[in-house]
Amino acid sequence: MTAAITARGLVKNFGATRALDGLDLEVKTGEVHGFLGPNGSGKTTTIRILLGLLRADAGEARVLGGDPWHDAVELHRRLAYVPGDVNLWPELTGGEVIDVLAKLRGGLDRRRRDELIEIFQLDPTKKGRSYSKGNRQKVALVAALASDAELLILDEPTSGLDPLMEATFRQVVRDLLDDGRTVLLSSHILSEVEALADSVSIIRQGRTVESGTLDELRHLRRTSITAETVEPAIGLAALPGVHDFRAENGQVHFEVDSEHLDPVIREIARLGVRSLISQPPTLEQLLLSHYMEDGVPAERVADVEPERAGARR
Amino acid sequence: MTAGATAQARARQETRRESSLTGLGMLLRFNLRRDRVRIPVWLASLAITTIITAWSLPDFYASAVERQQRAELMNNPAARALAGPAHGVEDYTFGAMMANEMLGFLTIFVGIMSILMITRHTRANEETGHTELVLANVVGRQAPLVAALLLAIGTNLVLALLLAVGLPAVGVETIDAVGSLAFATGLAGVGIFFAAVAAVAAQISDNSRGANTMALGALGLAYAIRGAGDMGDGTLSWLSPMGWAQAMRSYVDERWWPLALLAAFSIAIGMLAVELNRRRDFGTGLRASRPGPAGASALLKRPAGFALRLQRSSLISWAVGLFAFGALYGSLLTEIESFVEDNETILELIERVSGASLIDSWLALVITLLAITCSVFTIMATSRPRSEESAGRAEPVLSTALSRTRWFGSYLVIALGGSFVLMLIGGVGLGLGAGIASGEFDQFQEVVIAAVSYTPVLWFVGGLAAALYGLAPRAMSAVWLVLVYALTADMLGGLLQFPEWMLELSPYDHVAKMPAEDFRLLPLLVFTALAAGLIALGLATFRRRDIESA
Repeated sequence: MTAAITARGLVKNFGATRALDGLDLEVKTGEVHGFLGPNGSGKTTTIRILLGLLRADAGEARVLGGDPWHDAVELHRRLAYVPGDVNLWPELTGGEVIDVLAKLRGGLDRRRRDELIEIFQLDPTKKGRSYSKGNRQKVALVAALASDAELLILDEPTSGLDPLMEATFRQVVRDLLDDGRTVLLSSHILSEVEALADSVSIIRQGRTVESGTLDELRHLRRTSITAETVEPAIGLAALPGVHDFRAENGQVHFEVDSEHLDPVIREIARLGVRSLISQPPTLEQLLLSHYMEDGVPAERVADVEPERAGARR
Repeated sequence: MTAGATAQARARQETRRESSLTGLGMLLRFNLRRDRVRIPVWLASLAITTIITAWSLPDFYASAVERQQRAELMNNPAARALAGPAHGVEDYTFGAMMANEMLGFLTIFVGIMSILMITRHTRANEETGHTELVLANVVGRQAPLVAALLLAIGTNLVLALLLAVGLPAVGVETIDAVGSLAFATGLAGVGIFFAAVAAVAAQISDNSRGANTMALGALGLAYAIRGAGDMGDGTLSWLSPMGWAQAMRSYVDERWWPLALLAAFSIAIGMLAVELNRRRDFGTGLRASRPGPAGASALLKRPAGFALRLQRSSLISWAVGLFAFGALYGSLLTEIESFVEDNETILELIERVSGASLIDSWLALVITLLAITCSVFTIMATSRPRSEESAGRAEPVLSTALSRTRWFGSYLVIALGGSFVLMLIGGVGLGLGAGIASGEFDQFQEVVIAAVSYTPVLWFVGGLAAALYGLAPRAMSAVWLVLVYALTADMLGGLLQFPEWMLELSPYDHVAKMPAEDFRLLPLLVFTALAAGLIALGLATFRRRDIESA
C-alpha cells in the first residue's frame, strides 16, 4: 500500500508559539486514519499545512504524491476538506455554497449531492446566517462528500451534529472506504475514531506521541482487571507490570501491562478465582495514558518536569 | 399556613413581577463596557465637528451681506430638500445657519449611530448566541432590549448635553444657550426616535443585517419625506421626525412642542418594541427569512461571479449614492456663481485654475470630491478578501482547485471594475444635474470624461491596498490614510495655503482638473502602470504567505 499523506518532522511557529514541533504523520491509501489530540495540540495547523494554506517552517510533507504548497491547486482537485469551524456567507443559501465549493473543486455528482442533502436532512434553501452550527457543518460535509475526491480531510467533522446524524456520517464514511477512498479524520470523539479508523496518530504539543493500527496500540497498553479470589490477592500489587492497584469489598481492581498479563493471570488462578472481569484497553485509555499522568493532565506535568515526562514515553 | 410561608409566597410573586427586567443594571454596565471605545468616538466626532463648524462660521461669512447671499443660495427647492426648511433666512444669523444647514445632516448621523447601537446590542447578539448565554442566567426576558434602549437614550442625552454646553461656549454671536438647547435636544430626540425604530426592526427581522437595513431604510425614508416636504410648502415634513427637530426653529424663534412629538412617538415605538419582544420566541423574528435558491446559478459558480454576488448590494447602494451625489451638486450649479463671486474664503476653497471660469473650477472640485468619495468603495472592495480571510471563509474556498491568484484576482476585478463603473455613474449624475439646472448639456460629455479620468488614481489606491494585503495584511487599514490626506489637501489645501509639494503629494492632484484644465493622458498612464505594479506585488506576495484563519 502506498501512502496518501506523509509528513516528517513538521515544524510551524506562530511568532513565539511553536504550534508544531517535529510532527510525523503517515496515512495509507484506502484507510481511515484517526488524528487525535487535545485542543491546541496542532491538529488543525497540520491540516492547514497539508492543504497548502500554511507553509511549514521545517520538515517535509507529501499529499497524494505532490507537494502541498507548490502543487496546491492540482492536489485540491483530488481532495476535499471539511473545516472544523464552518463559517458560511450570511447571504448565500446552503445549496448555493455546496454548488460553489463543488464547482470550484471541479464538479460534483448531482445525484449524490441531492442524496446526501436528503440523508443529512439539510434544508438547502436557508441562508447561511440562519443555519445552526450543526447545519453549517452539514453544508460543508455534503459539499465534500458529494465530490469524487480520492482523499477527504475532515477536521472534527461531527462537531455540532446530533447522535443520529453522527451515525449517518459514519455510514457515509464506511461507504467511501468501500470505494477505495482515503480519509484523514481529526477528532476528539474517541468512539467515532474507534468505530471508523483503521489506524491512529495521537499528537500532543505539536508532536506525534503514538502512531499505528488500533490493534498495535492496544497491544502496547494495559488491560484492566477486576477479580475476586478465595485467598487474599494483596500480593498481586507487587507483581511487575501491575498498576493502580486498589482493594475494596473483597475485590481487587488493577491494570496490567499487556506483556505481563500471563504471569498475573496465573497468579490469580493460583489464588482461586471467584469472579474475574477483564477489559481490553479502549482508545479512551490510550489517550488518557498520554494526556494524564498521576491524575494530572500531562501538559502540566510536562511543564513542570519535561525530562521525566519525556523519559516515561 | 405560617407567616413565613406567606412571606415566601409574596417574595416569589415580587420576583415574578420584576423578572422581565432582572439584571438590567448589570447588562447596561456590560453594554457600556463593550462600547467603551465606540461611544466616545461617536460622541467626540459628532460634538467636535458641530462645535468646530459653529466656531469657523465667522471666518467664512464675515459680513451680514455674505450671510444674506448664503441665505439666498439655501432658499431654493433643491437646497431646502438637501438641508432643511430654511427658517430664519430673512435674517440669516450664524445660529440660523447652524440650524438650517447643520442640523439636518447631524440627524442622519445620530440616526445611524442609534440604529447600529441598538442592532448590535439586540438582534446581533441574539444571532451570534450571546443573548442566549445571557438569558440563561438570572436575567429577565426584556432586560437585553431595555438595556440597549437605555444605552442609546443615554448616549443621545450625553450628546445633547455636550452640544447644549459646548455650542454657546464657543462664543459666536447668536449661538446662545436657549437656541443651543433646542438644537441639541431636537437632535437627541431624533436619535432616540430611531433607536426605538431600530428596536422594532430588531423584533421584526430575524437577522442583524435585515434589522439594520430596515431601520436605516426608515431613516432614509424620513429624510426623503422631509426633503420632499421642504421642497414644497413643508406640510409633508410633519410626517418626518427630522422635520420635527427642524420645526423647533432653534436660534430663530424656538418652539418646544415638536420636542413633545419626538418624545411621545419615541416612547410609543419603544413600547411597541418591548411588546413585540414579549410576544415572539427567542431567536425568531416576526418576519422569517425567505428561503433562497436550493442551488447555485451558473454565474455564482464562477470565481468573479461569486465575488460580484457578495458585493452586489454594496455596489448598488454606491451607484445610487454617487449618482445622487453628482445630481445634487450638479443641480446647484446655477446658484453657485451668484453666491461665490463675492466670498473670498469660498473662492480660495475652490482654488481657481487661471483662465478657467468659476463654474468650471467648481465642477472640477466636485469631481475630485466624487473621486475621493468613490475611493472609499475601492478600498472597501479591495479589503474584502481580508475580511473573508479573517472570518475563516477563505479557507474552504482556497482548499478547492481555485488558485490564490484567481481568488484574490476576482475580488480585484470587482473592486477596480466597480470603481470605473461608479465614477461613470457619478459623472453622469453630475452632468445630468448640471444640465437640467442650467438648461444646456454642452458640458455633459466633458464632465463624464473628467469623472472617469480619475479611475486610474482609484486603481492606484486599490493597488496600494492590494500590495498591503499581500505584504502585511494586518496593516491594510493604513491605506485609509491616503484618503484622509487627499481629502485635506485637495479640498482644504487652497484655503490652508498648502505649499505646492504638499498638494502634489495627493495622487488626486495629478489628474487634469477638467473642465477647468485640458485632458492630460500621461498621469493616467503613469497611475495605471503604478497600479499594475502594486497589484502584481500584492498577488505575488499573497501567494507566498500563510492564510490567517479565524
